[in-house]
Amino acid sequence: MSHTGPDKLVYMANQIGKFFQAQGSETAVTGVYEHIRKFWDPRMRSQIYAHIDNGGAGLEPHVKTAIEKLKSAETAAK
Amino acid sequence: MSLVHETDYGTPRSKSEKEVTLTIDGQQITVPEGTSIMRAAMEMGTQIPKLCATDMVDAFGSCRLCLVEIEGRPGTPASCTTPVMPGMVVKTQTDRLKKIRNGVMELYISDHPLDCLTCSANGDCELQDMAGQVGLRDVRYGYEGENHVFPKQDGVANLNWLAKDESNPYFTYDPSKCIVCSRCVRACEEVQGTFALTIAGRGFDSRVSPGMQESFLTSECVSCGACVQACPTATLNEKKVIEVGKPEHSVVTTCAYCGVGCSFKAEMRGEEVVRMVPYKDGEANRGHSCVKGRFAWGYATHKERILKPMIRAKVTDPWKEVSWEEAIGYAASEFKRIQKEHGKNAVGGITSSRCTNEETYLVQKLIRAGFGNNNVDTCARVCHSPTGYGLGQTYGTSAGTQNFDSVEQSDVILVIGANPAAAHPVFASRMKKRIREGAKLIVIDPRRTEMVKSAHIDAAYHLPLLPGTNVAVVTSLAHVIVTEKLYDEKFIRERCDWDEFQHWADFVSLPQNSPETVAKLSGVPAETIRGAARLYATGGNGAIYYGLGVTEHSQGSTTVMAIANLAMATGNIGREGVGVNPLRGQNNVQGSCDMGSFPHELPGYRHISGDEVRHLFENDWGVTLEKEPGLRIPNMLDAAVEGAFRGIYIQGEDILQSDPDTKHVSAGLEAMECVVVQDLFLNETARFAHVFLPGSTFLEKNGTFTNAERRIQLVRKVMAPKNGYEDWEITVMLSNALGYKMEYSHPSEIMDEIARLTPGFANVSFKMLDERGSVQWPCNDKAPEGSPIMHVNGFVRGKGKFIVTEYVATDEKTGPRFPLLLTTGRILSQYNVGAQTRRTENSMWHAEDVLEIHPHDAEQRGVRDGDWIRLQSRAGETSLRAQITDRVAPGVVYTTFHHPDTQANVITTDFSDWATNCPEYKVTAVQVSPSNGPSTWQQEYEEFSKQSRRILPEAAE
Repeated sequence: MSHTGPDKLVYMANQIGKFFQAQGSETAVTGVYEHIRKFWDPRMRSQIYAHIDNGGAGLEPHVKTAIEKLKSAETAAK
Repeated sequence: MSLVHETDYGTPRSKSEKEVTLTIDGQQITVPEGTSIMRAAMEMGTQIPKLCATDMVDAFGSCRLCLVEIEGRPGTPASCTTPVMPGMVVKTQTDRLKKIRNGVMELYISDHPLDCLTCSANGDCELQDMAGQVGLRDVRYGYEGENHVFPKQDGVANLNWLAKDESNPYFTYDPSKCIVCSRCVRACEEVQGTFALTIAGRGFDSRVSPGMQESFLTSECVSCGACVQACPTATLNEKKVIEVGKPEHSVVTTCAYCGVGCSFKAEMRGEEVVRMVPYKDGEANRGHSCVKGRFAWGYATHKERILKPMIRAKVTDPWKEVSWEEAIGYAASEFKRIQKEHGKNAVGGITSSRCTNEETYLVQKLIRAGFGNNNVDTCARVCHSPTGYGLGQTYGTSAGTQNFDSVEQSDVILVIGANPAAAHPVFASRMKKRIREGAKLIVIDPRRTEMVKSAHIDAAYHLPLLPGTNVAVVTSLAHVIVTEKLYDEKFIRERCDWDEFQHWADFVSLPQNSPETVAKLSGVPAETIRGAARLYATGGNGAIYYGLGVTEHSQGSTTVMAIANLAMATGNIGREGVGVNPLRGQNNVQGSCDMGSFPHELPGYRHISGDEVRHLFENDWGVTLEKEPGLRIPNMLDAAVEGAFRGIYIQGEDILQSDPDTKHVSAGLEAMECVVVQDLFLNETARFAHVFLPGSTFLEKNGTFTNAERRIQLVRKVMAPKNGYEDWEITVMLSNALGYKMEYSHPSEIMDEIARLTPGFANVSFKMLDERGSVQWPCNDKAPEGSPIMHVNGFVRGKGKFIVTEYVATDEKTGPRFPLLLTTGRILSQYNVGAQTRRTENSMWHAEDVLEIHPHDAEQRGVRDGDWIRLQSRAGETSLRAQITDRVAPGVVYTTFHHPDTQANVITTDFSDWATNCPEYKVTAVQVSPSNGPSTWQQEYEEFSKQSRRILPEAAE
């Protein structure tokens, strides 16, 4: 795993995704959404958003959905 | 000031609630049933002469000095072994008793040297006191006969005489002064639980003997000091007392080593510490200690301590000593420059889990208010952050549920991923005591630790799981509890959400979580898992204690939740004797978490995005706070490598040695433009520092620490800071130089601010702590006396939350190149990165880190005991010596991380807990091969260390 760049963030996001997927379909997306909102600093979030803009390769589908939702919520708030 | 005097009641306190009234010397007294006559007399202020009795151990009745007369009973029974009875009439002083006592003392003194004036225990000797108390004026027997006192008699060697044993670095054993009261032997058994001492021989030949007449150092002795404390004479005496003399005043303070938080009396002569003696009224340790807190404090005056601030422009330059003003000014201007050039978020800081609550609070305040961002983190990131997250999610508080006393009511003790005998020794002694009383023990640990089997300790079940399979094994315990219907339905229906429970129960019941399936991946036999689950669920009060073997995994947070589930399902929460208890690593790691050291939350675990809470702090601090979470330590390092993070203020934390994947940490530090390290010594991180601010030790400051049981205790200053300032004062100076005004004249004012802003601390103040000794948070109007046990009438979050804990294998996998699994841990004599303990005589027990390897794995590789071996992982390699032992299972190797020259963290990887990024120290795939000595990297590192530690002599002016 590379130390920097999207690879590491994709790995971390998928790790979070695995946990919330096991909680059931309802929380799979909201869990990831909330966790990243609460614990990732803005710089990490903007990096993963940029990765999503580039296609979001490597992200699990529900993780990708969660991040997309978070991104639009954040854009809307601004 | 004078010595803090503690009354010795002679025998332990009876816990009976039934009371008994009797008459002693014409006075009526009421005491709990089971109290000895000796103790009852002392409680009314009458000291019956005694030698073999002391209240840290049970009565023994051997010295025959404490005899009393009881109306209606024949003879003169010993008051220490005779319990009080209703209506009893006791006389403690009669002519007959006087004569007997005088005769007994005469015999004792006839075999004891009369060198009182030059004796190290002069003025602190119970034998001396008793001779005075019984009015001994004459010894008729002389020394001509057989004795233990003189090396020679009439020019002939005296075979009864034994030489002084000075092998232990901290205390001596002088058999010629021993009265064989066996207090030391009993302290070793009853208090410490090591059973290293015994009485060898009989009658006149009786001698105190470490092991089989070994020296103290080579015996099983763990140097806890209990025997020295128990000894009534100079037989067992601290070397420092022998060197310096009797202390003249003492101050009660709190140990700065592990999370047990032992209370000690610092016994002083002027500003010189003579000894640290565990304080009986300390509620965390109840008068016991370990080799670290009791003896290993010499680092405070070690010659390598840095006492002057230093700066340098480049890390390849030598250090230049400067004034405080210049150092602080330079650091502040650099931080301001970086923020101006690279943005507000390009700097951050790390609070220390070794510093006080007040100091930690100020550092996070400086970062949030002074730097204007939330880039603050603490070493809990790498140890118990999953505890905070896991217990917060399930129960609603980020802390353990019990006090240490609770273990006295436990029937089944489940220890997971912790070795308290090495890492939390004083609590381990209490746990062992309970086990000797009959409590059952289950240990889940890849190694066969001292907790699994040691003197009078034999775990009912040991689950030697493969590192990385915690979630599978703990979930499998739940599988047994649910499928065999061993859960506590009433508790769950009352305290938890029944639907959530059912969802969870369906999950744990799946065949993938059955012991039979889990056995295949964990290596623990299915029957052992079943047996352990049944015992925990049905054996009475079940208490779980866990350590970093739980948290430091990719699924650390998940395991914490799995543990929390287990306790809820069996109703083992909310009363004495049960609970879920993280054993915290550092002295104030609980406190540093409480004080808002995490980038996403303010003091009291409140998320930074909450407007109401943020506004509370904004109003008090007079600033606008950033509402987005900041960077965690690993994220800071990642950002540094990318160029987005360039300055850091690190108080009392050695991230280069303690954090995983050393090369990544050094790359991050190297990329920064201003690294400010505030510490006692030039630690490993300081190799990359531009500013060094000398810190102060716990002996040199006022403040509070919070231990693993949420107990807030005062740290009291016993000497002026050798570096000139307490650590909080340095933070204040830096903050003021940065332009954010801080004004405090004493740490108590900082605590007042914390109490004002943090609901769980609302009623805490230095004054209250001074009066009460300690208090466990939450302490507020709802719980004015504090909270020894949490979740008593319901969970803090409302309903306890069952969470599904699916096992996800770590991506750190063994394979042909790296077939073994490395796990790491601590040993008793060293502490953490060793910066303190390595600078004491504790290194006599552990001079270097060694690799424990199973004989089978060693033989396959041609490795013999003591050989140098090369340890390689995907992250790096290092060399150390091998120790062949079957404590580890085949396929598993183990080492400690106390020594910088080993650099075990060169090996550990970048994998981390999914929720908190707590690094996965406990699982690294490695290969072991024979080697000739230290690796090239280690040699280069040592050379670089030397270079980076150069200090220019002060320029002549």
